[in-house]
Amino acid sequence: MTPDTPSQNTTKAGFMARLRDHDMTASFLSSKVTVGAAIVTVLLMAGALLAPLLVASDPFDPTTVFIMDSHLPPFWIDGADPRFVLGTDDQGRDLLAAILYGLRVSLSISILGVLFATILGVGLGLVAGYVGGTVDAFIMRVADVQLTFPVILVALLIDGMVHGALKGVGQEDTAFGVLVFSITLSFWVKYARVVRGSTLVERNKDYVHAARLVGLPSFIIMLRHVLPNVLGPVLVILTINFGLAIIAEATLSFLGVGLPPTEPSLGTLIRIGQQFLFSGEWWIVLFPGLTLAALVLAVNLLGDWLRDALNPKLR
Amino acid sequence: MKKVLLTCCAALLLSLGNSYAKTLRLAYQGDLKSLDPYSVSETFALSMAGASYEGLVRRGENFAMEPALAESWEIIDPKHWRFHLRKGVTFHNGAPFTADDVLFSAERVRADGSDLKYRIPKEAEFIKIDDHTVDVMLPEANPILHYQWAGWYIMSKSWAEEHDAATPSPANADTPSYAALHENGTGPFMVESHQPGVKTVWKPFAAWWDKPKHNLDEVVLTTVSSDPTRVAALLSGQVDWIAPVPEQDIERINASGNAQVLQSPDLRTMYLGFDQVSDTLKYANVEGKNPFKDARVRRAVYQAIDIDGIIAKILRGAATPAALMIAPQLVNQTEEFKRFPYDPEMSKKLLAKAGYPDGFQVQLDCSNDRYPNDERVCQAVVGMLGRVGIKTTLNAQPKAKYFAKILSSGGYDTSFFMLGWSPAVLDSVDLFTNVLGCRDDKGNGGTMNVGGYCNPKIEELREQIRVETDKEKRDALIRQAWQISMVEDVAYAPLYQGGLAWGVAKNVHVKQRADGDIVFQTATID
Amino acid sequence: MLAFIVRRMIQAAIVLLTVALIAFVMFRFVGDPVNQIVGIETTAADRAEMRETLGLNDPVIIQFGRFVGRMARFDFGMSYQFRQPVSELFAERLPATLELAVISMVLAVGVGIPMGVFSALYRDSLSAKLMQVLSLVGISLPTFLIGILLIYVFSVQLGWLPSYGRGETVTIGGWSTGLLTGSGLLALIMPSVTLGLFQMTLIMRLVRAEMMEVLRTDYIKFAHARGLPDRVVHFGHALKNTLVPVITVVGLELGSVIAFAIITETVFQWPGMGLLFLQAVQNADIPIMAGYLMLIGVLFVIINLAVDLLYAAVDPRIKTTASAG
Repeated sequence: MTPDTPSQNTTKAGFMARLRDHDMTASFLSSKVTVGAAIVTVLLMAGALLAPLLVASDPFDPTTVFIMDSHLPPFWIDGADPRFVLGTDDQGRDLLAAILYGLRVSLSISILGVLFATILGVGLGLVAGYVGGTVDAFIMRVADVQLTFPVILVALLIDGMVHGALKGVGQEDTAFGVLVFSITLSFWVKYARVVRGSTLVERNKDYVHAARLVGLPSFIIMLRHVLPNVLGPVLVILTINFGLAIIAEATLSFLGVGLPPTEPSLGTLIRIGQQFLFSGEWWIVLFPGLTLAALVLAVNLLGDWLRDALNPKLR
Repeated sequence: MKKVLLTCCAALLLSLGNSYAKTLRLAYQGDLKSLDPYSVSETFALSMAGASYEGLVRRGENFAMEPALAESWEIIDPKHWRFHLRKGVTFHNGAPFTADDVLFSAERVRADGSDLKYRIPKEAEFIKIDDHTVDVMLPEANPILHYQWAGWYIMSKSWAEEHDAATPSPANADTPSYAALHENGTGPFMVESHQPGVKTVWKPFAAWWDKPKHNLDEVVLTTVSSDPTRVAALLSGQVDWIAPVPEQDIERINASGNAQVLQSPDLRTMYLGFDQVSDTLKYANVEGKNPFKDARVRRAVYQAIDIDGIIAKILRGAATPAALMIAPQLVNQTEEFKRFPYDPEMSKKLLAKAGYPDGFQVQLDCSNDRYPNDERVCQAVVGMLGRVGIKTTLNAQPKAKYFAKILSSGGYDTSFFMLGWSPAVLDSVDLFTNVLGCRDDKGNGGTMNVGGYCNPKIEELREQIRVETDKEKRDALIRQAWQISMVEDVAYAPLYQGGLAWGVAKNVHVKQRADGDIVFQTATID
Repeated sequence: MLAFIVRRMIQAAIVLLTVALIAFVMFRFVGDPVNQIVGIETTAADRAEMRETLGLNDPVIIQFGRFVGRMARFDFGMSYQFRQPVSELFAERLPATLELAVISMVLAVGVGIPMGVFSALYRDSLSAKLMQVLSLVGISLPTFLIGILLIYVFSVQLGWLPSYGRGETVTIGGWSTGLLTGSGLLALIMPSVTLGLFQMTLIMRLVRAEMMEVLRTDYIKFAHARGLPDRVVHFGHALKNTLVPVITVVGLELGSVIAFAIITETVFQWPGMGLLFLQAVQNADIPIMAGYLMLIGVLFVIINLAVDLLYAAVDPRIKTTASAG
């Protein structure tokens, strides 16, 4: 154990140091784009979190929405109503309120889905790569089967199953769970494949053999060596997946499996809005669309920077 | 390589050739699933079949009944009709049209797998007098028998039997149905190719017995289900005719300069229905009670709905408020029926009187791809009901799931729903039978009476209406039945008469009929 | 190697059987096929009769047995909506989807790899940064929104490109192709760009990242030190080393391109498999849904097998015996 303990400390210290390192801060501050992306992300997240404090009306409460207020344009256009800064949608909801509340829904779904997928994927990848044999074959075959069903198919399937099993339950009650579950179920495979690949390479390296010969719990050692190596790819996948999850949610709403218009997510708002693109009510699709694009773009930019900054090979 | 080049050149020549021919390109929201004229009783499928097939009678331009494959008919006595068939008519495959084909079609339309069984009474007997005369013996008098026959198309006996298509449903579920993929009618157009759900092409039938009213060389139907894409296809000149036009895009198309929107009232009535059977209302918070059994609650829902707001904002004025369950033009003196006015205060009072001063909770079932803007209308209804204390959750689903839940096959599993109905027979008796007639749990009786409304007085009146041949007396009975069901009982909360909206290129002339049938056989291109 | 292939084949068969089970069990619960076949005016007795005819009342296990037996013969049954064999419908629709998917993928690889290499080599140049931004924008917009925007700009406003469908097609030996007619090629532009854009940005980002890592390795430094020309080092040595993950991604993405074609096909009303599938889901057309999933399953298994073999061929560090256990 003795030779291992200090190395653990250095790894830990190294990682923490890297985080505190002025190089890291400098690289962050030197990239105006990254700073901008961080600001956008923080603002959007804060807006979503504090939505009830920021806007007066709750767009999820149909009794506060009046049909005669519908299709009002944003404030700088003739015919606007000062109560609705960004205008209203087809039902008369304040678009700003709808976007903030929609952002909340979209973010919760994506964060939960991706988080579960990461844990599941990394865990299964490590196990598959390290244990090998039947376990590996089994996990990778499950992954194959899983890949047969991309997130859209998974969601369609699960949605159908849920509604088949629980007859009469509305979309409002199930959509959230269905989406989180579908995202988890669809997104773990990429982590598992990358982590498994890395583990396979590491497993054949001398230090693992050595560790095994000394009788050390080599799985622990491997985990310690594999995880830092795959942190880069995992972070990149996580970034892409987070953006993907938000888009997947929007897409599923577009196909009618996502959140219902009574509790709209960003995707639902876009689905509703795109039907008014030709009729001149562009704001119903534009503002939610811009919010979505800005969010995903900011997240992806942050991920890009993180990837370059955290990858030890690039330093 | 040579072959590819040749095909290439041939294709180029073909496309050049096509640009000189008058081709009408039509894009519709849904699929043309089957060419078999008896497989689905649905407006669109029947109107497409009507280009190739013909009935004994047909509806003319002004919607009046006129002779088609029957030159004339006489009512020998109320239960005995005689049809004189047109001579010299041939099917598209060249076979002559005779009485045998009528007898065969009368059997086939009532056979297994037919969705149009209701068009001919089960007990009606068809008797061949000679090759061009057919007698029909009815179990009971029916003065409007032939009204339902404009959509009952005559098929060729020899053709169907030759291709093993003597019944609409194939012998078992594993064999393809020939008649679903091929066509052999007597009508003005022949199907040249049919790719289900993608594309269907028609060419004029040169040997048609009647004088064509169109000037087309070819008709191409494609399915474009996405609303914006369909509108874009019309605006960019890729198609000449789209149906339906989403209400919000009407203005845009009219402003485009190269296309316009044809609008007219539709025969379909949209309405809200209530479960009036269950002792405890499902999907609700009322233990041991069913508020919808109380006519005052039903009226409270009715009066809570700002129908003018829905029509102005969601349907952009392309609909009219409905006071009955049937289009006003199909009932005489409809002006005596008025909607209960929009009055939320009144609704609250009615709810309080019925014992629900704080309202209650319920779930509204709704389709989201069946009727124009259906989900939006339901969403607005949810908000309006919320303001009078009826806290409603919306369960909007695609039509496949929606119908499977709320119709008889799903055991009428709904408390509160929105539906649309256009009477196939264009007469109130259709409603009193299917939508307002009593039914049992299995749906025998008024199959489409989802809420289970049942009033013996309506049953009685309906039977009288059925056999009454004096027009004025019949009209009076009809009005009486409407008074009882819609004013006294508030059996349903009618919403609006939908509007038909088609987008048509400027150089294309088509006629819009109130039944919503897409009739391209009278279309012309400049 | 042969043993490895045989073993993978057996595994593939098990995978397909599992997919069959999932496809069957799941779709047994979606919607009600009877309502789709008949109109809403049909009576309850007729509906019950139809359930019997379709075998929907048989025990589930019997229905599954029937299902697998047919699948093995590529007989996916009759579509409830079209009353036509599903295999025939697939044969009609498959060319449309495959053409779209392959063109999209060619576009993605053909543009994505050079852009990735370029932006890695000249990572500080303005155009590399521009590409990076463009790729991020491409990754940040949902497919259907891109499609709608393209239609709005190029069909409605400019009137340059058709908004839907495949245009004129030519049938050669049962394969309908839009690649040989002008209108067919025009109609292919927007859908393939829409579909391929995401994969393109993904490949570009991946190639860039991998290239940047490889360029820092000693191996490349030695190559430079040996005085080899830049072009040889970059394309002969560096790019070759980035290919392992690229092959994996391209292989896996080809499958998801075909699956994600559902969205593109819906927006552009492209008469392919995806549109057929979505319509089938909406109409509870179980035979089409089950057949589609089986087909996608077969496709993925084949692709996976190919990727595994290539992986083993390109990266000798992975022993095939190890990965197969």
